[in-house]
Amino acid sequence: MNVTATLIGQMIVFSILVWFVKSVLWEPMLKVLEDRKARIADGLAAAEKGKHEEELARKHALDELKKAKAEAAEIVAQGQKRAAEIVDEAKNAAVEEAGRVKVAAQADIEQEVSRARETLRTQVSALAVAGAEKILGKEIDAKAHAKALDELAAQI
Amino acid sequence: MSESNAPAISNPVEYIQHHLTNWSVGVEHGEQVKIVDFSVVHVDVLLFSVLLAGLLAFFAWKIGKNLNPDKPTGAQNVAETIVEFVNQQVKDIFPNADGLIGPLAITIFMWVLFMNSMDFLPADLLPALAGGIAGLFGADPHHVYLKVVPTTNLDTTFALALSVFALIIFYNIKHKGLVGYIKQFLFHPFGPYLMPVNIIMTAIEEVAKPVSLGLRLFGNMFAGELLFLLIALLAFSVWAMPAQIALGSLWAIFHMLVVPLQAFIFMLLTIVYLGLASQSGEDH
Repeated sequence: MNVTATLIGQMIVFSILVWFVKSVLWEPMLKVLEDRKARIADGLAAAEKGKHEEELARKHALDELKKAKAEAAEIVAQGQKRAAEIVDEAKNAAVEEAGRVKVAAQADIEQEVSRARETLRTQVSALAVAGAEKILGKEIDAKAHAKALDELAAQI
Repeated sequence: MSESNAPAISNPVEYIQHHLTNWSVGVEHGEQVKIVDFSVVHVDVLLFSVLLAGLLAFFAWKIGKNLNPDKPTGAQNVAETIVEFVNQQVKDIFPNADGLIGPLAITIFMWVLFMNSMDFLPADLLPALAGGIAGLFGADPHHVYLKVVPTTNLDTTFALALSVFALIIFYNIKHKGLVGYIKQFLFHPFGPYLMPVNIIMTAIEEVAKPVSLGLRLFGNMFAGELLFLLIALLAFSVWAMPAQIALGSLWAIFHMLVVPLQAFIFMLLTIVYLGLASQSGEDH
């Protein structure tokens, strides 16, 4: 229980030890710890950022999907409209064609009718001439009475 | 701790005195060393504290050399825990500490812990060994003294305490200036009208810091060592052995609390004192 020269020795040992621990252990280790802390913070921030970006991407994808769906619906509607138009056009064309066919047929019929009438008329005039010959008892010169005969035929 | 060495029992006073005497240079056998005598050197105190400092430095060097930032293993984990713990204490108590406080605190903590832990070695082991070795060289084993716990010696505790005291003065002057530091002595705590009282009060306050630091550690460790010696004395008969073992174990377990606690208190008070010294003088 006394203070001796040992005290000075101990102070020197202590100073050297503090300096040694400071330079060999404390400072490198604090640096490692700080670096690690910074790295962990960076990692967490990056993860947070990634999560955020993923959220954004998902939202973006959802938007795109919605847009695509709308576009598809529009295309389908257009297609349906176009189909209806085509059907209408076809119908109209068919109706037109039918009308044309009908007109042609009527023209044909009329032609046939007039031809038949012509034939009939000729035959009627011949018959009339024959009848008149029989009644009059003599031959009628067809050429001389052609005009009268034609008028007759036209009246039939 | 406490086992063996039967012949000691024949003379308990001599046994204890033998154990409490340092291996010293500069003092005759049986001569009392004065309270302050700088012609004496305690070789055992220096030997063990330097050995433990070397051990600590070796650990520090070994761990510091193999620092792995990504996969800390074994010893590095332990060291990281201690470093972070000490660093946290420094940050909490002394927020704007400079780069010296942390290493200072951890060195005090670990070195004092190591030196205190020498108490856990059986009380007779190293002294008996030293006696035996000295006997081989023809010396009288009874005149070979060895105190293995450096912190049961005032030299060690006051070496630490006075180093801290020097730093307290240094930090005071660094942060308050020489004038500010002197002003603190003159006007604190009672204002300018009680200047003589202030000087005495502040001087006592300042001197009490290293004295309490040094004496607290010394007292605790000395008492612990003494109790181990008293328990060792119980080996007076075979029938007392169970009591000796039980008491020795109990005291060792209790001492396991005291040893790190005293190291921690020394470290904590060092940080507190240096933190106080670094506050600007205005708030006093």
